[in-house]
Amino acid sequence: MLAAHFPALQVVLPLLMAPVCVLLRGARLAWLAALAVSWVAFAIAGLLLAEVLIGGPLSYAVGGWAPPWGIEIRLDAVNAFVALIVAAIGAIVMLYAPKSVEREIGNDRAYLFYTAYLLCLAGLLGVTITGDAFNLFVFLEISSLSSYILISLGRDRRALYAAYQYLILGTIGATLYLIGVGLLYQATGTLNLADLAQRLPALEDVRGVRVAFAFLTVGLSLKLALFPLHLWLPNAYTYAPSVVTAFLAATATKVAVYALLRFLFTVFGAEFSFTVLPMGPPLAVLAVLAMFTASIVAIFQENVKRMLAYSSIAQIGYMVLGISLVTVEGLTASILHVFNHALMKGALFLAMGCVFYRISSVHIDDFAGLAKRMPWTAAAFVGGGLSLIGVPLTAGFISKWYLVLAALERNMWPVAALIVISSLLAVIYVWRVVEQAYFRPPPADRDVREEAPLSLLIPTWILVAANVYFGVDAGLTTSAAGQAAQTLLGSAP
Amino acid sequence: MIGSIPPGLVLVLGALVAPVLPGRLRNLYLLALPVLGLAGLIGLEHGIYGAFEVFGYQLAVVRVDKLSLLFGYIFHIAALLSVVYALHVTDRVQAVAGMVYVGSAIGAVFAGDLITLFVYWEGTAVASVFLIWARRTERAYSAGMRYLIIQVASGVLLLAGAILHVAETGSLTFDRMGLDGLAGTLIFLAFGIKCAFPLLHNWLQDAYPEATVTGTVFLSAFTTKLAVYALARGFAGTEMLIWIGATMTAFPIFYAVIENDLRRVLAYSLNNQLGFMVVGIGIGTELSLNGTAAHAFSHILYKALLFMSMGAVLLRTGTIKGSDLGGLYKSMPWTTGFCIVGAASISAFPLFSGFISKSLILTAAAEGHYTVTWLVLLFASAGVFHHSGIKIPYFAFFAHDSGIRCKEAPINMLVAMGITAFLCIAIGVWPDPLYALLPYPVDFAPYTTTHVITQLQLLLFSALAFAVLMRTGIYPPELRSVNLDFDWSYRRLLPAAAGFVMAYGRPTRERLIATAERRIERFIARLYRHHGPQGPLARTWQTGSTALWVAFLLGIYLILYYV
Repeated sequence: MLAAHFPALQVVLPLLMAPVCVLLRGARLAWLAALAVSWVAFAIAGLLLAEVLIGGPLSYAVGGWAPPWGIEIRLDAVNAFVALIVAAIGAIVMLYAPKSVEREIGNDRAYLFYTAYLLCLAGLLGVTITGDAFNLFVFLEISSLSSYILISLGRDRRALYAAYQYLILGTIGATLYLIGVGLLYQATGTLNLADLAQRLPALEDVRGVRVAFAFLTVGLSLKLALFPLHLWLPNAYTYAPSVVTAFLAATATKVAVYALLRFLFTVFGAEFSFTVLPMGPPLAVLAVLAMFTASIVAIFQENVKRMLAYSSIAQIGYMVLGISLVTVEGLTASILHVFNHALMKGALFLAMGCVFYRISSVHIDDFAGLAKRMPWTAAAFVGGGLSLIGVPLTAGFISKWYLVLAALERNMWPVAALIVISSLLAVIYVWRVVEQAYFRPPPADRDVREEAPLSLLIPTWILVAANVYFGVDAGLTTSAAGQAAQTLLGSAP
Repeated sequence: MIGSIPPGLVLVLGALVAPVLPGRLRNLYLLALPVLGLAGLIGLEHGIYGAFEVFGYQLAVVRVDKLSLLFGYIFHIAALLSVVYALHVTDRVQAVAGMVYVGSAIGAVFAGDLITLFVYWEGTAVASVFLIWARRTERAYSAGMRYLIIQVASGVLLLAGAILHVAETGSLTFDRMGLDGLAGTLIFLAFGIKCAFPLLHNWLQDAYPEATVTGTVFLSAFTTKLAVYALARGFAGTEMLIWIGATMTAFPIFYAVIENDLRRVLAYSLNNQLGFMVVGIGIGTELSLNGTAAHAFSHILYKALLFMSMGAVLLRTGTIKGSDLGGLYKSMPWTTGFCIVGAASISAFPLFSGFISKSLILTAAAEGHYTVTWLVLLFASAGVFHHSGIKIPYFAFFAHDSGIRCKEAPINMLVAMGITAFLCIAIGVWPDPLYALLPYPVDFAPYTTTHVITQLQLLLFSALAFAVLMRTGIYPPELRSVNLDFDWSYRRLLPAAAGFVMAYGRPTRERLIATAERRIERFIARLYRHHGPQGPLARTWQTGSTALWVAFLLGIYLILYYV
C-alpha cells in the first residue's frame, strides 16, 4: 500500500521535513531529522531502482490526475539510477555533517543548513524523477535556490559573492530552460516528457522547436557547468562549507547531466539531436576543451578545494564526451562516470572537510607533512585521487575504460588518446598534493598527530571503500548503466 | 591450494602484515614468505587457474607452464637471498616495498592475460621506487622520481597496447603477439623500456646505484628479468630483437669502462647481460630460448652476488668509487672471495654458472648462422670480463692499497653471499638440474673441448694481457683504466671514441638539453599565463561577462541549427 507511493514519498518526505527542521531549531534535532529522511530516501531509491531494473519503467500519477494532464512521476533505468546516486551521497554526507557543520557553519545556524539541505535534496530528487517538463523547472529552482543558501553559509566572505554569482548565472540557466519549455509547449501543447517525445518527431522542421532545443541545451549546459559555462562553479565549490561542496559536487551537476540526457535522447530523440541537428561535434569539442583547460588550470591552483573544483569541470568533460558519441557504449561510460565521479569527488571533498576541520585551511602549502599529522585523511585523499586518475582497481578506471572503448569503437583514435593524455594531467595535480602530504616535513610547531574525528573519517572512508569496491566488482554498476544507456537510445523498453 | 592464493599474491598480501611486526620478528617473517611461496610452486600442475570474466573478457590470473615456473623459482630464490642479505636492516619501508615488489614480479610472471600483467607491472614499478627513496637523500629522491615516471610510462604503454589488442583481436590472453599492428608495437615498447633497450636504458644506470645497499640487490634481480620473461613470452623469434640485443651487449661496455662508481659499472654490465638474453629471444629457436631462460636464471644469481659484495663494501667503507677503494682484501677476505666467484660467473669461466648458460645462446647464434651477431657477442663476452670480471674485484679489493681498514661484512650478508656463490658454482658444475627446468628439452653439452678451449682462450688472453701490463708498469692508474682490454684494436678505438664523445658529444648534448629546457620553460610560462591562478581561464570572472558567454554559446547553437 505504502510502497505504491514510494516515488512521490521520495520527494515529499524531504520537502515536508525541511520546514519541520526550522521549527525544531536545535542543531542536534535538526540533524537527526535530516539524517532519518536522507536514509529513508536512500532506501526508497534503492528499492525503486531494483523494481525498475527487474520490472521495467514505473509511472505514478501525482494526486491521482492521470498523465498527460496531471503531473507524472516516471521512473526508468536512467533516472532511478541517478536518484540512487543522489540519495546515497545525501545519506553519507548526512553521517558526516554534524561535526563539520558545527565547525564551519556554527550550531546556531545549523538548522538553516539542514533545512536548505533537505530542500536541495528534495529538489534534486524531484528533477530526477519527474516526468513533466515544467515540474522539472520547479524542482530545478527549488534545488538551485536552496543551494545558493547552502553556499552562502560558508564562513569566508567570498562565499557570498560566489553564491550571488551562482544565483545570477543559475537563474539565467533556469530562464533559458523555461523559455525552451515554453516554446515546446507552444508547439506541442503538452508538458509531459513522454507525450512531448511522441509529438515532436512530426514537428522536426518547426522553427520554434529548434529554438527551444537551443535554449534547453544551453540552459542545461550552464547548470551542468559545461566549459565555457563553468565560471560559477570554482568559486561556489571553493568557498562553500565542506559538507555542501561534497554534496553539491557529487549530485547537483550530475542531475543536470541527467536532465540533458533526458532531453537529448528521450524528448527530442537521438535522431533529431544528433542527425537532424549537429549536436555531436560541438559537444565533443567543448568536452575535450573542458578536459584539458580545466585540468591544466587545476594543476596551477594553490587552493586544493579549488583545484578539485576545476577537476570536476574536467570530469564533466568526460561525461559530455560520452554523450557526444551517441552509442550505447558511450552513454554507458557517461552514466557510469556520473556514478563513479560522485563517489570519487564525494570522497575527496569529504577528505578536504577533514583537513579543514583540523587545519582550518585547504591551501596546498598547509598540506605539508599531512601524512604524519592526519595519516587516515591523507590516505583517503590518495584513495580518491587514484580513482580520479583512473588507476585500475578503482571506480575511475572502469568509466574511463568504457569511455576509451566507446571512442575506439567509433574509430575515434585521437579522442581515445586525448582521454588518456588528460588522465595524465590528473596524475600531476593529484601528485602535487600527495607530494606535499607525504614528502614534505610538517611545520615545526604542528608536528603532532591530530587525526580528524571518527565521525568525519568513517563516511569519508565509506566512499573511498566504495571507490575500490566498484572498481573491483563493477558488475552492478555497469549493468545498471548499460541498461540505462539502452533505455535512452530506445533499444530497450 | 593455489586456486585460492595466486603465486606472488602470497608475498604481496604477506607484506602488508609486515609493518605491524616488531623488528626481529618481522625479518624472520619476511624470510618465511618466499619459502612459503616457493613451497606453493612445487608440484604445481601446468594450466590456467583463477580464470574469471570481467566486462565480457576472459582474464586468467595464473597461468602455469615451464617458462613461468622457471622464472617463478628463480624469483623466489632471489627474494629469499635478498631478504637474508637485508636481515640487518630494520627499515619498515624497505621491508614492505621489497616484498610487494617481489610479489608483483612473481605475479606478473604467472599472469595469463594482459590486464593482470599490467596490474602487476605497475605494482613492481610503484613498490620498487620506495627501495630507491629509502636511501632518503635528495639525489635518491629525484632519481627515484625519474625512475618512477619512466616505469609508469611503460605501464601506460602496456595498458594502451592491451586496449588496442582487445580492440583488434577481442582477446586479452597474453601470448605470442609479434610486432605487426600498433598494439604489438606499443606493448613491445613497454617491455623494451623495462628491459632497458638501447636509448631506453638510462633509467637503469640512473636509479639502481642510487638505491639503498640492500635495495639495489632487490632491484637488480626482478624488473629487467620480468621484461625478459615478457619478451620471451610475447615476442620470441622477432628478428629485430637480435639487433637490439647485440647492441645492448656491446654499447654499455664503453660506458662501464669509464665509470668510476662501481655499482654503476655493475648497472652497465647488467644491461650488457640483458643483451645476451634479448638476442636469445630474437633468434627464437628452442635452443636459444632455453639459453635465454637459463641465462636469466644464472644471471640473477651472479649479478645479485656482485651487487651484494659491492653493497657490503659500500656499507663498510661508505664509498663505492673505484678511485677511493683498493686493498680491501685484507679487511674483507670473505667478501673478496665471493666477489671473485661472482666475477668468474659473469665472465663465464668454465665451472661457473655463466658458462653453461651463455654458451647456449652463443651456440644458438652460431647454429643460426648469425655470424655478425655471434662476433658481437664474443666481443661483448670479453668486454664483460674486462669491466665486471677484472675491474670490479681488482679496484675494490686489490690494486693500490687505499689504506681503508674496516670490518668484514655483517654475518647475514656473508651468509647470503655464501649461498649465492655456492649456487653459482653448483650450477656451473652440475648444469643438468637447471637444464631440466628449461622450457624445451635440452640436448646440449656445455663441457665440450671446443667450448672450454674457446672460452679459456678468450679469458686467459685478456688475463695475460692484464698481467703483462701490470708487470711492465704500463697499466695505468685507476681512472684511466679505460684503456685496458685484451684486444689491441679495441684498445686504440675506445679512448678515441670516448674522447670524441667527451669532447664533442657533451657540449652538443648539453646545448640540446639547454634548448629543450628553455623551450619547456617557455611553454610552461605560457601555460601559466593562461591557466595559472591569475590567468584568464582561472580568474573569477565578472558576472556580466559570464552571461555574455551564455549568450554567445546560445547564438552559436542557433546558427548551427539553422545552417
